[in-house]
Formats: sequence, structure tokens, C-alpha cells
Amino acid sequence: MPQDVFAPWLDPDAKPIIQFKNVTKRFGDFIAIDDLTIDIYEREFFALLGPSGCGKTTMMRMLAGFETPTEGNILLSGQDMAPVPPNKRAVNMMFQSYALFPHLSVWENIAFGLRRDGMPKDEMAARVDEMLRLTRLEKFARRKPHQISGGQRQRVALARSLAKAPKLLLLDEPLGALDKKLRQETQFELMDIQEKTGTTFVIVTHDQEEAMTVASRVAVMDHGKIVQVATPAEIYETPNSTYVADFIGDVNLIEGKAGEKEGDKLSISWAEGQPDIIGTPQTSFDKGQTIHFAIRPEKVSITHDKPTNPVAFRGKVLDIAYLGNLSTYHVELPNGQIIKAQTANNRRISRRGFTWEDKVWVSWTDTAGVLLEN
Amino acid sequence: MRRLFLIAVPYIWLLALFLVPFIIVLKIALSDAWLAIPPYVPTLDLSAGWAGLKDFFAGLDFENFVFLTEDDLYWKAYLSSLKIAAISTFFTLLVGYPIAYGMAKAPDEWRPTLLMLVILPFWTSFLIRVYSWMGILSQEGYLNQILMSLGIISEPLIILNTNTAVYIGIVYTYLPFMILPIYSALEKLDASLLEAAEDLGCSRFSAFWLVTIPLSKQGIIAGCFLVFIPTIGEFVIPSLLGGSKTLMIGKVLWEEFFSNRDWPVASAVAVILLLILVIPIILFQRNEQKQREADG
Ligand SMILES: Nc1ncnc2c1ncn2[C@@H]1O[C@H](COP(=O)(O)OP(=O)(O)O)[C@@H](O)[C@H]1O
Ligand SMILES: [Mg+2]
Repeated sequence: MPQDVFAPWLDPDAKPIIQFKNVTKRFGDFIAIDDLTIDIYEREFFALLGPSGCGKTTMMRMLAGFETPTEGNILLSGQDMAPVPPNKRAVNMMFQSYALFPHLSVWENIAFGLRRDGMPKDEMAARVDEMLRLTRLEKFARRKPHQISGGQRQRVALARSLAKAPKLLLLDEPLGALDKKLRQETQFELMDIQEKTGTTFVIVTHDQEEAMTVASRVAVMDHGKIVQVATPAEIYETPNSTYVADFIGDVNLIEGKAGEKEGDKLSISWAEGQPDIIGTPQTSFDKGQTIHFAIRPEKVSITHDKPTNPVAFRGKVLDIAYLGNLSTYHVELPNGQIIKAQTANNRRISRRGFTWEDKVWVSWTDTAGVLLEN
Repeated sequence: MRRLFLIAVPYIWLLALFLVPFIIVLKIALSDAWLAIPPYVPTLDLSAGWAGLKDFFAGLDFENFVFLTEDDLYWKAYLSSLKIAAISTFFTLLVGYPIAYGMAKAPDEWRPTLLMLVILPFWTSFLIRVYSWMGILSQEGYLNQILMSLGIISEPLIILNTNTAVYIGIVYTYLPFMILPIYSALEKLDASLLEAAEDLGCSRFSAFWLVTIPLSKQGIIAGCFLVFIPTIGEFVIPSLLGGSKTLMIGKVLWEEFFSNRDWPVASAVAVILLLILVIPIILFQRNEQKQREADG
């Protein structure tokens, strides 16, 4: 691996800034965080991704100090955080609701944390102005939170949490209230700010695209557990479970039984009268074991003529979803299985090759999909 | 037409329930006391026609208002009322804020019950409740009995018929008017604001000062006016719980009216009282307006 790639999690000598050690959090009988262990490194942009209610906010609140773990330890720069109250942690949080002080101006909101530190007046003014410039809010400094737009409010919340230059910044669904375009712009802005300030960011989101865009690593959560932690590309290309494969992006999932192994290839029988699927397993499977084969729609080719790919099925076009730059074809195989195939629309619609009820071939190479146990 | 009607309703209401009674009182204030029924002259005799009306207006003068400035009693009573109202408002706030705060922090399922408990006293007669305070505060009353049986005091405390008893009575009576607006301000307060303040370096206590207090300011102001305004003219509490030295304008007014049967002077006292009250009422309205704007 080249030296300039940022991947401290691969370096055995790197010291994590955050360590969760067997952390469990219970609310009464309900287990919100279940025996969770994870290391997060300095300068990372770490994304927590998962459905609503899986415990993302609870994790953040434990980092900020608003909840204490029922069991286990949270370490920040090697120090156990349990006895440290929120106001003594070098951690700042950008709240899901922004939590701007309605009685204070934008300027005063940003200065709030600096005042608490007793920063000298001129130094504080300079810092606030710097934050205003960074978030492009100079014009709104004198306004109250209810006098600015949602997007501007969100930037005030960001500026306020950055002003104290925390070691760690927690962002709880920071862009939830923004429309798509503003959201994308802000994502790049966030990455920019993270690069400029060198702060470690932990961001919570339930939007997988957002996690993929901004994060150095993504943790996919489910029911208080982390199912997989990896870079966005690894998560996408080699999910470790059908849950992750299904959660991130679009996927075709086919259930079958492990057949004969030939070299590094494995055949999977999955339906009467259909040829086996050939895949390249990363782990070993026993013969006859249930396998879930997952393949992304864009890795499935759709053609009129019989392709040369080792895995190919005949079917007919059932549905076409036109997305502008892409089209997704839903192809029905004779046994009823539907395979989604995605192609780039680099031609005009009138010249497009396939239409409803067309007899077509769907096919893929023997390394295009992943074989999953569960 | 409909619009006109909608606008007219509150004005007719105001006219019937405020302006007309006020003009009647003002008219009496400009009359002279007389041994008759009603006990003042002139009275309007419409059967005499135009001449009667002229006689009536000729009989009106500002004598009674001049009289109010000549006798110390009145301005001292006004001043004393303002002072008692201000002090009791302060104590009501001191007692009411923590209660409102506790209610707002209580678990959701408790809140309706707590609100009920605050409002409950209104369902019994105000007079009975003030009388029962006489039973508590008198020299042989429950308070002294308890304190003496606990050995905290050896001589009974003299509370009844002093200003202290008046303060206790006012704080007790007007407490709900303080609690409810503060509670409604605190209840709206987003808990994440306090967490944000802590996150940015505040202790619990400074978060309370810097966030909770400023954000419940409108409620505090509203509560203070709701206690202060009616307390100035309060009559029942000072006359039942206060002593001969407790000087309040409501008591003076009552004595002028019923003991002296001097309706014109009593009316003049009432008119001046109203003018004094107009200032805090306008300020109160302004505060409410501001609150609505902040909420909207
Ligand atoms: N204070 C609390 N008391 C009881 N249950 C809670 C509390 N906070 C969170 N939970 C529960 O814990 C689970 C995880 O919540 P949360 O971390 O907010 O999820 P997410 O942010 O991933 O949507 C939810 O089922 C929620 O109901
Ligand atoms: Mg959440």
C-alpha cells in the first residue's frame, strides 16, 4: 500500500483517539448499544450509518458525556472518560436539532463556548470572525437564529461546535434538514473544513450516500451492534453480510447451495433448470451450505446476443427505471427471479437498445459478485 | 359586514364592561357627598330636559381629587400599596420559580397532575382560604402550636395582623398566577439547549443562568405583572390578615365607601388607582406582544 494513503487503522502502532471497549448501554431492559468495541483514529472522518433507532445517537451522546455506558469503557486519547463531565471534555457536538440559543445572535452563539473558557476579548473576536468566514456567515453575524434560513442555521451550529477547536467533533445527522442539492454542497464543505482544521469528525447519518461521500471509514450499525467497519469502497464492494449489502446501495440477492469447488471458483446451484452461478468465495463454504450471492446491478450486463461471460441467463425485460444518467432494467428469468441490471445512458433514449418484453441475456463475470454466509 | 361585526364585538365588550362603568365611577368622583340615596349630588334628572343636563354638569367639579392631595393618608396608602405589591411579587417569584421549574422537569406523566394541584385551590372560595390562614397564623393557630410543641419557640409568634401575614396571604393566593406563565415558558424550553451549553463548557449552574433564565424571562415578566397588578388594589387579604398599621389603598377605598359612605371620595380613589394601574398593564401587554412575536 502506498505511503500517502490515509489509513491509520492498518498501522499497528497508530494510537486511536477514541476507543470503545465492550461498551453496553441499556435503558431499562432495552439494549441500545450491545457490547461494542471500536477504535477511531485521529483525523478520521468516521461515519456511523444505520437505520433509525439502531443506537447512533446513543453512541454520540456517550462520547459527549450525556450518557454513561452501563458496562465497558470509553477512552479518549487513552484516558477513561467515565468520570469526566461533558463540560470538561475536549469534544464538541453538533446537535441533530442544532440547539442554537434563540436569545443570542449568531455571533454570540459562536462566541458562547469561547467565553466560557475565559478567552481574551480580542482573541475571541478574531476566532469568531474566523469561524464566520469559514462557514460564510459574515453577513448574518448580528441576526438571531430565527432570522436566518435552515441551511444557515446548520452552518452556525457547525461554526459554534468548531470554534473551540475540539480534538473531536461529533455531528449528529447534521444535514438531515437540508434539501438534496444544499446537502451535497455542504458535504463537500464539511470535508473541506475537516481537512483544513485537522479535527477528527464522527458523523451520524442514515443516508448511505452521505456516509460514502464524506467518510474515511464507515461503520454500519444494526440493533446496537456494528456489523461492519471499513472504507466506503470496501463496504460497497465486499460487504460482509446481506444486511450490509442490502443497506448500502442497490443489490441483487440470490440464495443458493454451495456446489463443487474448482480452483478458486465455486459453483452455486440456486434454481431448477437454471445453470449454476460461478463465484469467487473469500471464505470457505462446505458443500451444500446455504450461500447468499450478492451482485450490484451495475456489474450485471444486459445484451441481446449470448454473451461470453461465464454466468449468463436468459430472461425478458419487465420494467425499466430511467434515472437520466442511468437506467435500471428489471429482467425476469423463466423461474420468476428478477435480476436488476444497470447501464449508463451514454446514448439518447431513441437509440437505446432495450424495451419492455424484449428477450435479453443478463450476465456477469465470475468475480463480480460476493458470496455471503448470512 | 362580517368583518365589521368581528371588529365591533370586542369594542362593544370593552364599552359595556369597562368604559361605561368607568364613566359612572368618574361621574361620582366629580360629585359631592350628600345625605341622600344615592349619597351624592348632583344626580342626572333627564325629565328636566336641557336645563337638567346643564345643572348636572355645573354640579361636577374636581374637589375630591384636590382633597386626595391634601390629606397624607391617600398618597401614603398608594405608595404603601405599591411597596407591598412589589415585595409580595418578589416573594411570589422566589417561591413560584422553583415550583414551576420542578413541574417542567417532572416526568411527562406527572405534569397534568401537578398542573391540577396548582389550579385546585381556585375551586374553593377565596374567602374561606384566607380565613383558614387566620386559623394557621393566629397566636393559638396551628403554626404556633406546631412550633411550640417541637420546642423551636417558647412564646407564640405574632404573625396575624401584621404585614408578614399580608405577604404570606398574597404569596399564597397569587402563586398560581406566577407559576403558570413561568411553567409554560420552561416547558417549551428545549432540553438540548442545556446540553449544548454544557457541551460548550458551562457547568449545570451557569447553563441555568445563561440559558434557562433568559429563555424563561417572558414568563417571569408575565407572572410578575399578573401578581403585581391585582395586588395593588387588593382589599380582602390586608383587611383580614393585616393589622391596623397595614396601609393599602384597597382598604382605604372600602372604608371611604362603606364606613364613611363618601362615595365621591371613594370613586376618586378608584379613578386614581386605575390610572396608576394603566402603566403596568400597558407594559404587560407589551411583554405579551413581544412573546407572541418571538413565538410566531
Ligand atoms: N433516554 C432513553 N430512554 C429510553 N430509551 C432510549 C433513550 N434514548 C434512546 N433510547 C432508545 O435507544 C434506541 C437507540 O436510540 P438512538 O441512539 O437515538 O437511535 P438512532 O440515533 O440510531 O436513531 C432507540 O430504540 C431509543 O428508543
Ligand atoms: Mg438519532
